[in-house]
Amino acid sequence: MKPADTRESFTSRMLSSDGAVSVLVVLLGFLVGTILVALVGKNPLNMYKAIFQSLSGYNIDNGKMNVRYIGETLNYAVPFILCGFSMAFAARAGLFNIGGEGQYIMGLTVAQVIGLLGPNVPGLHWALAIIGAMLIGAACGGIVGILKAKYEVSEVVSTIMLNYVALYLSRIICLQLPGASTYKTANFPETALLSNGFFQAITNNSMLNNGFFLMGLAVVVYWFIMEKTNLGFGLRATGFNREAARCSGIPVVRSIAISMAIAGAFAGLAGGIVALGSFRYGRVLSGMDNYGFNGIAVALVGNNTAIGTMLAGFLFGMLKNAQALMQGKQIPKEITFIIQGLIVVFIALRSAIALYLAWRSKRQLQKEVLAK
Amino acid sequence: MEHAIEMIGITKTFPGVVANDKVTLQVADNEIHALLGENGAGKSTLMSILFGAYNADSGTIRIHGKDVDIKDPNVATELGIGMVHQHFKLVHNYSVTENIVLGMEPRNRFGILNIGQAEKRVAQLSDTYGLQVDPTALVEDITVGAQQRVEILKTLYRNANIIIFDEPTAVLTPQEIDELMQIIRRLKAEGKTIVLITHKLKEIKAVADRCTVLRRGKYIGTVDVEDVSEQQLAEMMVGRAVQFEIEKSPAQIGEVVLSIQNLSVADQNGHVKVRDLSVEVHRGEIVGIAGVDGNGQTELLYGISGLSPVSSGTILLNGEDITHATIRKRIELGLGHIPEDRQKHGLISDFSISENCVLKNYYKAPYSNAYGLLDQTKMAEDAQALIEQFDIRAGQGSRTAAGSLSGGNQQKTIVAREIHLSPHAMLVAQPTRGLDVGAIEYIRQRILAERDKGRAILLISFELDEIMNLCDRIATISKGSIVGIFAQHEVTEREIGMMMAGSKRDGGNG
Repeated sequence: MKPADTRESFTSRMLSSDGAVSVLVVLLGFLVGTILVALVGKNPLNMYKAIFQSLSGYNIDNGKMNVRYIGETLNYAVPFILCGFSMAFAARAGLFNIGGEGQYIMGLTVAQVIGLLGPNVPGLHWALAIIGAMLIGAACGGIVGILKAKYEVSEVVSTIMLNYVALYLSRIICLQLPGASTYKTANFPETALLSNGFFQAITNNSMLNNGFFLMGLAVVVYWFIMEKTNLGFGLRATGFNREAARCSGIPVVRSIAISMAIAGAFAGLAGGIVALGSFRYGRVLSGMDNYGFNGIAVALVGNNTAIGTMLAGFLFGMLKNAQALMQGKQIPKEITFIIQGLIVVFIALRSAIALYLAWRSKRQLQKEVLAK
Repeated sequence: MEHAIEMIGITKTFPGVVANDKVTLQVADNEIHALLGENGAGKSTLMSILFGAYNADSGTIRIHGKDVDIKDPNVATELGIGMVHQHFKLVHNYSVTENIVLGMEPRNRFGILNIGQAEKRVAQLSDTYGLQVDPTALVEDITVGAQQRVEILKTLYRNANIIIFDEPTAVLTPQEIDELMQIIRRLKAEGKTIVLITHKLKEIKAVADRCTVLRRGKYIGTVDVEDVSEQQLAEMMVGRAVQFEIEKSPAQIGEVVLSIQNLSVADQNGHVKVRDLSVEVHRGEIVGIAGVDGNGQTELLYGISGLSPVSSGTILLNGEDITHATIRKRIELGLGHIPEDRQKHGLISDFSISENCVLKNYYKAPYSNAYGLLDQTKMAEDAQALIEQFDIRAGQGSRTAAGSLSGGNQQKTIVAREIHLSPHAMLVAQPTRGLDVGAIEYIRQRILAERDKGRAILLISFELDEIMNLCDRIATISKGSIVGIFAQHEVTEREIGMMMAGSKRDGGNG
């Protein structure tokens, strides 16, 4: 390696690391958010107090501690992380899965159906509902994958369309469920719930549930498939250079269908966990929960890696939990959406930073050449 | 001496590369000046600066003794500089005249195009300079050589008196090259100044008066072509002595390995590009496909490798029918492929060398176990061995991203992977395109070594030298069909040139 490379400055090393750029972008988002809060005449400190409370449970203003807030932050993070994986997994294979929302809705619907109608056997009941949710998510994603791979149907268009199909199909199905009104069904039997007595005990009755374990498992599975298996190798190859993958004998049609199916399974899992973990009754959706769409942003911030997407999901979960606390401190909760939006916009800086680095190295080279 | 062009101390950098490092070029008025250098030596950058496509970081340019600032190609045109690009910039469904006047169409006072007047001027120009074209023909109907003449006429129509030719012979048959050389001499006789960018020494010896050599962005020297031999020019270009011919032992030919019978392949738009083509490759021989770019070579490769479906005919590998087999099946049966386009088909540039080395067999032992888990340690070990064996220069060993390698090292990585798979038959397309002389020699030797190991090799190249040097038998392709197959010693470059243009030679049987 050239000596110039070893003398690389701290800044350029930071800027060429994707992880560091993500952190930078998040900080920038918060910075601009802070300025906005100050501009509308509120005290930005209150915003950070709310965020701190949602992270640690400690209320700085009155010195009271309530661990429930930690539990809620973690619980909110679960669907963000899983929907982030849904986007990220497809992205690694070169696909743009905007259908996370629809896959999430279908997973939620099937989990509710099995939750209300399934066998009331402890342990088996919720497991069955969750597996059902993952399978339907996989089917929704898989259809898109097959359409894309075999008939070159743009996955962007088909997933957007299927989101609406999923929403209205979900309404039709849920309205048929026992005790259904226009917005909810009967309560789930105990055996269908994901609630975890231990989590409730240590987090002062938060909604944190077994879904958290499933999410942890999903992180490991995501990382393992991508980095350790030959399936992941084929998917990544297809994602980076579809033509070269094809020329090397990698069955790209299969790769694309499989990656969309696995992506759908992650979103379906998120739907199942929200249905049976965060609610005691089935919901008849009148609009989208937006976890699927936010998953796109989560994956972007997390740079499609297992750990990065998980951390980004926690960030989004924390912001969501902080919303109510902010309102209590006279900070408009919409500021969290603004910060999320800013982060996504600033993610585009990645390419700007790449341009900046190229410009800098060119300048340096120019100096070296002209100095001779 | 009056100078038409003086470029003094030109420096141009791109991110990570110094393309021109204080380069000086002085071209006398009314001479043919060759600009010689390997790929990546900075010839095209220097000429793009002269033509205004790039701006230099530093340095001065004088045209006919006057300091000029060439901000964009329009300024260059006003200064009488014209460029004949390597890849023609023509509108295919326009006529010759329309193409020539494009951008400065003659109009009458009502703003209506007066194409008749333009045609007259074009006919007159083509007469003066001996550039035979039909002013009314559509560009898509005329030959490549004629298209090049249209490009030259374009510069003349714009009153250029300095004409830059960028690698003008890359797309021509040997006969067309001869014609071009005559045209260039004629242009000189009519008072034009010519700059000829090339890496072909023969052409320089044939027409150029003086020659400036660049190497790795630096100015090496300017010589009178009469005073130097091709060998000396090559040494200036490369920086060391070079071997032109490679030593080749006689082929030990065995049974047929790859047999292609009556193959027809269409391109993506459904146009038949390979017509009823038959060729056989035996164990231990290299069969070359000579031809001008665009005569079905790409589609032939796609058909054999499985990238495109075959419309009719059969492909047999060791007697097994692989006409409709999947690409993976073909690879497993022992078909190797060094693709024409290494960025598109050969490598995954975001993958490391070690990942690229197993691209075709990652899913099998020893790289994957029965549960589908990759053995990354084994991958890295084997890649390291290949890196050493094939002398691949990589900054971070097997972890280096393929995209950060130089072209020569990328090609070595592909060659290493394909040879490591020890296929029975190998498709080798344009194996040395864009590489420097050192890498070219190395890769050619490797291909020969594979032949001597008993592989059947089908080589496709647009470089006739390469075909003549490496192949045991030479098939010439024209418009998707084989015009003739001859043993290497039975045929001359001239005859192949005739066949490239489509005319058959008697007695060909291979």
